[in-house]
This record gives sequence, C-alpha cells and structure tokens, in this order.
Amino acid sequence: MKTRENIKTEIMDGKDLDRTVARLAHEIVERNRGTENLVMVGIRTRGVPLAERLIDKISEIENRKPALGILDITLYRDDLLKKMKQPRLQQTDIPFDIDDKVVILVDDVLFTGRTVRAAMDALMDFGRPAKIQLAVLVDRDQRELPINADFSGIKVTVGAGEEIRVKLHGVDDCDGVFVVDSANEG
Amino acid sequence: MIISKHLLGLEGVSRKEISLILKTAQSFKEVLARPIPKVPTLRGKTIVNLFYESSTRTRFSFELAQKRLSADNLNFTASGSSVAKGETLKDTVRNLEAMKIDMVVIRHPASGAPHFLARHIDASVINAGDGQHEHPTQALLDLMTLQEKRDKIRGLKVALIGDIAHSRVARSNIYGLKTMGAEVAVCGPTTLLPREVEQWDIEIFTRIDDAIRWADVLNVLRLQLERQESGLIPSVREYAARFGITRARLAAARKDILIMHPGPMNRGIEIESDLADSESSVILDQVTNGVAVRMAVLYLKSGGEQVLESTLEAEA
Repeated sequence: MKTRENIKTEIMDGKDLDRTVARLAHEIVERNRGTENLVMVGIRTRGVPLAERLIDKISEIENRKPALGILDITLYRDDLLKKMKQPRLQQTDIPFDIDDKVVILVDDVLFTGRTVRAAMDALMDFGRPAKIQLAVLVDRDQRELPINADFSGIKVTVGAGEEIRVKLHGVDDCDGVFVVDSANEG
Repeated sequence: MIISKHLLGLEGVSRKEISLILKTAQSFKEVLARPIPKVPTLRGKTIVNLFYESSTRTRFSFELAQKRLSADNLNFTASGSSVAKGETLKDTVRNLEAMKIDMVVIRHPASGAPHFLARHIDASVINAGDGQHEHPTQALLDLMTLQEKRDKIRGLKVALIGDIAHSRVARSNIYGLKTMGAEVAVCGPTTLLPREVEQWDIEIFTRIDDAIRWADVLNVLRLQLERQESGLIPSVREYAARFGITRARLAAARKDILIMHPGPMNRGIEIESDLADSESSVILDQVTNGVAVRMAVLYLKSGGEQVLESTLEAEA
C-alpha cells in the first residue's frame, strides 16, 4: 500500500515537519502552562510516532516528559461492520490513570472527525479526564462531525480524488506530508 | 487474507487465521482489563446461543464475550423449549432466522450439527462443541494460554491425557497444535484411543509415566464417568490409579511443566486435587483467556466472509 500510491505534491518535507512539531509542542505547553497533569495519547497508527516526537520536544522545553498512551480505535469505529476490508485490531496501551488529567489526543490527519469521535468514546471508557485537547499535524477540510483541533500543524484543502498522506519515520521510510491520488485507496 | 464466515472446527484452518485469532484475542484481553471492560463493537448484532447440551463454562464464556462486545444475545437451552415438543433443529433455526439474527453459537450432542446449520442459514455459525467431533474455541483458548506462558507454540511438546476417543477437545487441540507446529502426543487406556490415532502422525503413550517424561505440557481431559458403564474402563478407581496425574508422578517431569484441564474437573480422578491448584496449573488462565478468544472469534466472524487489510499479511 505504501509503494503503490501516486504522490502529486509535497506539502512538507522532513525539516518542515520537524519545525511544525516543535511549534505544536510550544503551543501545547503554552496553553496548558507547563506539563503538570499532562498526558499524551497517540491514535494508531501514525498518531503514535507523532505523539512520541511531541513528547521529546516538550521534554526539551520543560524538562519533563509527559506519559505516552496508545489507543487503537478499531472497536469504536462506526463503519466497522460496513467495510469489506476489516481493519486489523491492535493493542491499546494506556498504562496510567486518565482521571482528572489533561489528555492531549494526537493524530496525523484530522479529516471527517469520525476517528476523533471514536477516540473520545474510547477514552471515556478509561476514566474521566479533566480535559481532552486535540493535536494534529494536518487539518484538512470536509469535516462530517462538529470537531475541531486545538493544535494544528497546517490547514489543507484537498480536491476531489486526492488524499493527504503523512509519513513518519518509525512507520514509514521518510518524513513528510504529501497529497496523493486516492484512487488506489481501499 | 480471507477470513471464513463460520468457525466449525480447527481442521483445515490455516496457521495465518489461527495466528490472527490469537493476536486479536490478546487485544481483547487488554479490553477486559479496562475500568469499563466493554466496547461498542457489535452493537445492533443479535447472537443466539443454542445449547442442546448442558454447559456452564462455555455458555457463560460466550455470553460474557457477547456482552463485552455490546451484542444482544438470546439463550436457548434444549430443555424447556420447543425441542421438548419435538421441533427439529432445522425448524428451530429457520424460525430464529426469521427473527433476523446475525450469528449462532451452537453446542449439540450430534457431531456435524453446526455444519448442517451452516448449510441452511445465512448467519455465521460458531461451533461450541459438537458431539465427539470438535470444540474449536476450547482449543484456541488452550493455544492462547500456551502462547502466553511459553511465548511460542512451535516445538512445544503437548500431551493430551485421557479419553481421546470421545473427546472433541482432544480432536480440536490436535488439529490446532499441529497446524501451529507443536509436537503432540496422546496417552490413555487403549480402549479410549480412537482407531484413527495411528494416522495422525503423533506420539502415542499407553503408560502415563512415559508421557510425563516426554511432555512440556499436559492437557488432562475429563474422564466421562459413564465410560465405566459402557465397559471401556474396568473402574474409575483403576483409571485414577493408572492415569491420574499426581504430584508423585510429576517428580519425573520437567520442573516447569504446565498442567491444563478444559473442565469440569473430576478432582481426585484424572487429576490430584491440590495439583489442580498448584503453581504448575494454568487452568484458571484458560478460563480467563476463553472470554478473550471468544470475543476475537465473534468479532472476526461478525462481518461474514471478510478480506483483511493487507497490513496483516506483512506481519503474519
């Protein structure tokens, strides 16, 4: 799937991505006045390496590392039983109590908002956080639910038949944000 | 990778599909450890549990798995239902299907009943034990427990002890273990070994001490007490003396041997009572894993025949 896609435009290269992540990290600690009570939860797949990078930057700024949780939202999807291709269920790992914490939910792309809806439902089953804030690298158009990002790297409008593809080391072979043809997406 | 619609047995189920079920079950085990151990995944799905034979553990395990996935379930037991009035299996199921159900979990005293069902209805059919044929979810939870305790199944030496001939647990375990690359042995009185045992390409022991010395894992089967009445064993006491697993006998075993039992146990017959509660015993782990494995099976079969996203194939 990674090799088949047809890249049309590069929106960010590795260096741009790095700068954007640094800015997001600054915004997160600014808005929350530090890192006390802050935990990060990355949504699988690419929300996880993105959350790890944000944590690294935040710990450079504040000298304190927020804890990382990993969330697989498969079981909370609203299209699970309609899709012909079933996504693979992977492990969720939230090794801390989220009660009264400020949870920064991290994903690579905010698009329809359905993933975030599912992630919030899942988080509520783990406890009662004080706040949930959403940090994304790319905020693209065509929302289907009333959900917005608290921290976003770049806003992008995408034409018909196009998709945003974020690549991150750890999952992919390079760093960057691209516009690709959505034709070969299942 | 194609996931089949039904789970009728482990015979012929690929290594990939078994691995997928076990991996998925691990994820569900994490769900079961959450403060709210429930997910909305199968909301709106209706599952019927058709139990033509008595069962506590398996039925509760399936019911709990369904509730943890937010499915609606209906429970049917043969006594006190239309079966007592003479309705056939086919008619019972046709009627249930007219009520728009999505899945059927069936336990039946006749071997092949789930296959019959699968031919006649659109819903997914899960075999919860059919006659002396298969009990696939039991074998899957046994495999999951082995994988958890020993990391990998390939190369493990697993001995099934007792009444192999009449045991669906044994049959499913043999298929599953062999597919996953384990070495398998059976041990029991020759009257309780099935005729086809020599074609299975597995070790056969008729003396328990030989099996104990050989094995990494003993899966001790329940002795059905009615076997004595049918003359297959001289007496329960003699069976216990010759094939019962005891601490004294385990002195010859490897130190980290695992003891499994599918339940319900006859304490003091096939297994010494305090051995069942000892550190070697993983019997309660099996029960815990049973719920996770059944959630995985229900989840994977809930969409009918499926194509799985390609990410798995790379990892499998």
